[in-house]
Amino acid sequence: MSEHIIRVMVAKPGLDGHDRGARVLARCFRDAGFEVIYTGCHQTPEQIAAAAIQEDVDVVGLSCLSGAHRYLFPAVVEQLRQRGADDIDVVGGGIIPDQDFQFLYDAGLKALFTPGEKLDDIVDWFRKNVKKRD
Amino acid sequence: MHFSKEVLESSSRMRQKWEDEVKKVIAKGPDQKPRWSTISDLEIKRLYGPEDIQHMDFEQDIGYPGQFPFIRGNQPTGYRGKYWTFRMFSGMGNAKTTNERWHMLLREGQTGLSTAFDFPTLMGYDTDSPKARGECGKCGVAIDTLEDFMQLVDGIPMDQVTTSMTINPPATVLWAMYCAAAELKGIPLTKIGGTIQNDMLKEFIAQKTLMCPPDPSVKLVSDTVEFGAKHVPRWNTISISGYHIREAGATAVQELAFTLRDGMEYVEDVIRRKGLHVDTFAPRLSFFFNSHSDFFEEIAKLRAARRIWAKAMRDRYKSQDERSWWMRFHTQTAGCSLTAQQPYNNVIRTATQALAAVLGGTQSLHTNSLDEVLCLPSDHAVQIALRTQQIIAEETGVANTIDPLAGSYFVEALTNELEEKAWEYIHKIDEMGGMVAAIEKGYPQLEIADAAYHFQKQIDAGEKIMVGVNKYVSAEPSPIPLVEIDDSVEIEQVKSLQAIRRKRDDKAVKRSLEDIKNACKKGDNVMPHCIEAVKNLVTVQEVCDVYREVYGEYRDPGLY
Amino acid sequence: MVDKVKKIQSGDVRSASRLIRHIEDNVAEARTTMKDIFPLTGHAHVVGLTGPPGAGKSTLVDGLIDSFRKMGRTVGVIAVDPTSPFTGGAILGDRIRMQRHAEDPGVFVRSVATRGALGGLSRAVGDAIHIMDVMGKDVILVETVGTGQQEVDIMHYAHTVLVVLIPGMGDDIQAIKAGILEIASIFVINKAEREGSSKLRRELVTMLNMAPESAFPGGWRPPILKCDNAFEPEGFSQSVSDLALSINEHYEHLVSKSLIGNWSSRKAATEFNEAIRCAVLDPVLNDLMARGELDAMIVKLVKKETDPYTLAEEIASRYLK
Repeated sequence: MSEHIIRVMVAKPGLDGHDRGARVLARCFRDAGFEVIYTGCHQTPEQIAAAAIQEDVDVVGLSCLSGAHRYLFPAVVEQLRQRGADDIDVVGGGIIPDQDFQFLYDAGLKALFTPGEKLDDIVDWFRKNVKKRD
Repeated sequence: MHFSKEVLESSSRMRQKWEDEVKKVIAKGPDQKPRWSTISDLEIKRLYGPEDIQHMDFEQDIGYPGQFPFIRGNQPTGYRGKYWTFRMFSGMGNAKTTNERWHMLLREGQTGLSTAFDFPTLMGYDTDSPKARGECGKCGVAIDTLEDFMQLVDGIPMDQVTTSMTINPPATVLWAMYCAAAELKGIPLTKIGGTIQNDMLKEFIAQKTLMCPPDPSVKLVSDTVEFGAKHVPRWNTISISGYHIREAGATAVQELAFTLRDGMEYVEDVIRRKGLHVDTFAPRLSFFFNSHSDFFEEIAKLRAARRIWAKAMRDRYKSQDERSWWMRFHTQTAGCSLTAQQPYNNVIRTATQALAAVLGGTQSLHTNSLDEVLCLPSDHAVQIALRTQQIIAEETGVANTIDPLAGSYFVEALTNELEEKAWEYIHKIDEMGGMVAAIEKGYPQLEIADAAYHFQKQIDAGEKIMVGVNKYVSAEPSPIPLVEIDDSVEIEQVKSLQAIRRKRDDKAVKRSLEDIKNACKKGDNVMPHCIEAVKNLVTVQEVCDVYREVYGEYRDPGLY
Repeated sequence: MVDKVKKIQSGDVRSASRLIRHIEDNVAEARTTMKDIFPLTGHAHVVGLTGPPGAGKSTLVDGLIDSFRKMGRTVGVIAVDPTSPFTGGAILGDRIRMQRHAEDPGVFVRSVATRGALGGLSRAVGDAIHIMDVMGKDVILVETVGTGQQEVDIMHYAHTVLVVLIPGMGDDIQAIKAGILEIASIFVINKAEREGSSKLRRELVTMLNMAPESAFPGGWRPPILKCDNAFEPEGFSQSVSDLALSINEHYEHLVSKSLIGNWSSRKAATEFNEAIRCAVLDPVLNDLMARGELDAMIVKLVKKETDPYTLAEEIASRYLK
């Protein structure tokens, strides 16, 4: 019997070390029955993309509170694309002002979660949007 | 506190009557919720009375201001001599824009400066490092060399205004720049005053601004403590910080316990490593707390902090000097309590948190701006935040008298409870072999992660309320203008850094870095060498690369 | 299909990691691919690391990656972390300590969750080893937490087994004695600067002295190596490169004493065991589960309405024709 377990990478790109949100989410994903690969803080977009491919995750979840998301989030999408892995979805969270949403969606982010989002709603998004792949 | 037999008897009788009444009322309609607790989930009783504080000893547990156990404050005159320092944390873009913000704040009545650096500076990277891409000036000021620093303090009377710098792994370098800048302006080191945060232990526990492993990190901290004790007597060489521990999701008790245990670790390290007597440096240790939303819990926490520290210094470290027993601290209102939803509500949150900090007896205060959850604060938002402090100081009357909540059944009982629970943690960490050992085991990190997750679950379940987030939600956005640091800041900063690299004396740079490396290897104090190096226009990263090479790089174990 | 295998042979990370994923997810076609992979295996030196939680295995793996890369060898890593028995989820955090190698094309790190169900772990790990082997990784490091039976099984896939211990574990060493001695090729006392290091060493020496000569095939007596504080860069990297040399030496020993054959049959037996379990037992259990019979049977057992022996015999006669 085949059993598809959702695999998610939780990563913090850039130099920001505020990992409260990333850690809370990692726990929440585990409790939702996902497998979570946590890369820790201070990752470059290149490192994140390479790791995501080695781990064959369904989704990369990025957390950034430093204000550098406009550079870092699209850079991860781009690095995955360059490595032929644009089927790995990228989502983001952190301090992201409303006016940056469209820019980030245009850059290829699949979803953005900001403070105040319910954990259950985030989990639901993953359950609905992660597709089984061949 | 001693109550007469008659008082206790009548209290007990009246209490019984009240409890009967409560039962009757509850039978008709229950309370709004079955359990009432602080934001840290500490259960609170419906009512407190004399019996809750009858075991207190007035002399040992409360006393008078300026006297042991200093629960009522260090200063005998309270805020009458001088209000707390209005110290707004600020830094944005490059040195020039930050300098302009500083002058604006001083004109508006701010009484101390406080520097926010950008992430490359905080992590010991130059703006042109590949790791720094996209980060320049985004959440603070970008500093690469002494030239940036001179621009930052341009027109600032460094012998009159004290400056706090939130800097940790590269603290030796940035403090060296401050010292060098003063010397270049002809101000002797004995005349400058301020604080470097320089608290590495809380980085491992909470904030993760990491560079070297714990032991050499603490060694660098001890270097600054020693250098300050000998050459910069008005400087607080360390600000032992609970703020970030709390922001990472700790409870009030955890903030209190881990911060104070960190402080004890530094005291022990300086005594052991430098062989200094506790009273030669302890008076310059300062602290930094968070003021969160639960009003009385925060007041109790700050009062408990002073009493724990006084006891620890007197009894644990046998300090003879009362100034070593004083816990002097800065407070910042809780950034993590602010909401992007209905951002104007943040003004009210910040005001009540600031009031708690003042009633808890803070010596220095930063009030968050309403837009800080979204971006760097705008001029207008930062002005409202500063005015909040000024209104509390000048209009509310809370500064008229010292420690006005002392003797309150509730506040004293809560203070005792927080202290007791904090000591439990402190003793547990003692048993583990101290804070460095506990950190290596991941103990405080895991305790905080548990608390953060618990709180988030309570928010999701509606057991704890954040107005505008999980209750009283409104669909309408409340648009506020956001400050943006555009990419040209990074381009310009890289250009100017590279121009400096071209024009400086390469031989002097190389020699300076060799000197620092030798000092690291021999275990000498790096501070004099750092001051020399920054004068030769050595960059922040160049010094930090030496630290990384000699001491190794620390990677967060990411324990769960 | 052949195309997939070719891609893996050429070192393609995407194809390899996807195949590992499919094996974990129990996708039927993945097994077909493994049939094509199997004949191509047998080049890599497989090194297992096991030991109690907190022994610093991931940091050691990180250091070993460095040492082997400096020798010009490519490295695969399989880091096993436990699945939560309550939620079925897992946080795989070992990778964090090896992330600095993420961009090195000569290094492939894969985290694997135990997933717990029906003991398929050692099969998934065994297949992942094959895949990395066929990718051309010279050394494959397999890291597991704990010293239980599952871990011992996994270690049967390794040529060289490192048992990593730290001072001050109290009586734990007594508990791990069984099972571990037979599989250990090298003992590592990690965090050796800590108090209790020489005591631990003495205990290990005593334990080895008490073992019969047959416990040391070909005369290989497991050396006891020390690793100093990971935060003293020079000392740590020196002790890790010594460890890497000892690992190489052990492999040479296996080759020179013609022990690779013994090892291969031990591995083949384990692998075959797992394959049979997968082909025979899993379908039976899955079928019983799908019919809801499994739960009903357990209830019967609890009520003592029947006994496990009779039930098992009934099932055997029903399915094994």
